[in-house]
Amino acid sequence: MKILVCISNVPDTTTKIKFIDDNKKLDTTGIQWIINPWDELSLTRALDMKDDAASGVQKVTVAHVGLGSSEPTIRKALAMGADDAIRINAEPIDAFFVAAQLSEVIKNAGFDIILCGIESSDYNGSTAGGMLAEFLGYPSVSSVSSIKSENGQIIMTREIDGGKEIISMPVPLVAIIQKGIAKEPRIAAMRGIMTARTKPINVSQPITIESLTEVINYEMPKPRAACKFVDPENPKQLVELLQNEAKVI
Amino acid sequence: MSVLVFVENWDGKFKKLTFEIVSYASKLAELLNTSAIALSVGNVENLELEKLGKYGAQKIISATNEKLNVLDNRIYTDVIADFARKEGAEVIVLANNITGKALAPRLSVNLSAGIGSGVGKLPISLDPFVVFKKVYSGNAFAHVRIKSRIKILTLAQNSFEVIETGNNASIEQHKIQVRDEIFNTHVQEVQKQTGKIVLTDADIVISGGRGMKSPDNWPPLVELAGLLGGALACSRPVSDEGWRPHEEHTGQTGKIIAPNLYIAVGISGSTQHIAGVSSSKYIVAINIDKDAPIFANAQYGIIGDAVKILPKLIDAVKEVKGK
Ligand SMILES: Cc1cc2nc3c(=O)[nH]c(=O)nc-3n(C[C@H](O)[C@H](O)[C@H](O)COP(=O)(O)OP(=O)(O)OC[C@H]3O[C@@H](n4cnc5c(N)ncnc54)[C@H](O)[C@@H]3O)c2cc1C
Ligand SMILES: Nc1ncnc2c1ncn2[C@@H]1O[C@H](COP(=O)(O)O)[C@@H](O)[C@H]1O
Repeated sequence: MKILVCISNVPDTTTKIKFIDDNKKLDTTGIQWIINPWDELSLTRALDMKDDAASGVQKVTVAHVGLGSSEPTIRKALAMGADDAIRINAEPIDAFFVAAQLSEVIKNAGFDIILCGIESSDYNGSTAGGMLAEFLGYPSVSSVSSIKSENGQIIMTREIDGGKEIISMPVPLVAIIQKGIAKEPRIAAMRGIMTARTKPINVSQPITIESLTEVINYEMPKPRAACKFVDPENPKQLVELLQNEAKVI
Repeated sequence: MSVLVFVENWDGKFKKLTFEIVSYASKLAELLNTSAIALSVGNVENLELEKLGKYGAQKIISATNEKLNVLDNRIYTDVIADFARKEGAEVIVLANNITGKALAPRLSVNLSAGIGSGVGKLPISLDPFVVFKKVYSGNAFAHVRIKSRIKILTLAQNSFEVIETGNNASIEQHKIQVRDEIFNTHVQEVQKQTGKIVLTDADIVISGGRGMKSPDNWPPLVELAGLLGGALACSRPVSDEGWRPHEEHTGQTGKIIAPNLYIAVGISGSTQHIAGVSSSKYIVAINIDKDAPIFANAQYGIIGDAVKILPKLIDAVKEVKGK
């Protein structure tokens, strides 16, 4: 069985976000780029499955749509333990564009399980995974918090409102990953970092496809009004504010 | 032309969230000079379906088939896309919840329709069609133009007022065919918590962080949640330590919620935590450190030791609520 993990390259989650060019572009100076946290956890789970001989997973590949500048992020995924990588050499314009590019390289490549994250921490789209599944004509399960393979069937936990469902599904499939899939991301060991240098990154050229959306510009959130402090000896004041001013209790 | 709104049901019932998205769709339909059509998939009784009319749906389509009792993303996408084509939907509205996130992207490809996901208000402009959405986990917003003829919008929870217009809507029943051969979601087991307020539905949320020091200090938070009719939440380290169940973890990597009131007790307010709660209407912070970043995100704050403050706060709530 072969697993593909789709990874996006995002600013470190503690980055101070700023824009340039009349708020049309992200200011990338000083930004630390990382593997999107969900994708890092998906990859960790994929590698754990590969380590477990009983799961029948032979190979873990990562795929990324992005320019050469995101290679450090791909190398990091290889250092964590992915066997090889695919990079589609295009600026990711929107999720539709990304999913179309991914489906083109995936469609005849024989992957059984495709893992995508529930959202990228940059655009917060929550859409690329489901789009990819529809392009490929594969079934998809969203909000997946655990996945294992058993006798050629894939068993997943899907979060639902106020509970969960255990689902089985035949391959090929797309699983869209959320919390629970792995506890901590795998840390790349020194040996992994060394071998990552020699692992292949197969670069392919993009197909021509129109995006369906475009960001016109960005805007910073309005600062919240200053916090009103209440005397710790008299929390009743807080209750009154919540009742009479905010009217929320 | 129409605005089609997909309404999910929970054991045959709708929620406040449903009425929010129907209100949104009918307001949008008004702006576009067209009508809002609600599409319900799966078994819902007429009495429940009629409620949708009150919030502005002019027509209600109820599509049923046994196979629709389980959410199979491909089957549902087929059904919604079919009705979208039949009804000439120009905009399709879904909730930005678990189900909406599972279906909207598939519909997007099926109908070549661009998505504005997690929008919180009506479009900024209709021609060009531009929506306003949160990006960078709440650290910024984007104006996104949707270029395709059909548009899909997923509406963030608790971001749009429920508006009663008092319409009477017609109900169309459709017993539909589904493509059995693409049904692949085999549910082996369902585990549901009962009797608890679902965190993502709660209007009031009481949340504890590492500053609570130990799981033994949770009873006052539980009591406060009980008194206010709220749900419990926590920061990530708290669930990682096993002090509280994972379902309660809020933040970028946990649940993203938008209650009317979020009370953060002993939570520092890291960007990743705030990413999950920044859409709350009001945030109250109780923290011993006056410089804790949570105060920059809160409207009301108390600086002090939570263990000492909580009992007094509980007494005050009891007094006001007359309990
Ligand atoms: C990729 C990534 C994703 C993450 N996702 C999330 C997420 O989804 N959700 C999340 O919560 N975190 C997340 N984190 C972790 C996050 O960075 C913080 O570490 C975490 O939110 C801190 O939790 P805390 O506020 O409970 O603990 P701390 O940061 O330890 O803060 C404890 C607070 O309690 C206060 N305190 C101490 N004693 C008392 C007292 N007696 N009375 C009152 N106050 C007191 C302290 O002043 C302090 O402000 C993520 C981190 C990473 C790297
Ligand atoms: N440029 C990209 N290359 C590869 N995969 C991506 C890319 N962007 C998004 N994804 C995948 O899609 C998921 C959801 O992203 P999004 O829809 O942008 O929120 C991510 O967690 C990745 O798995």
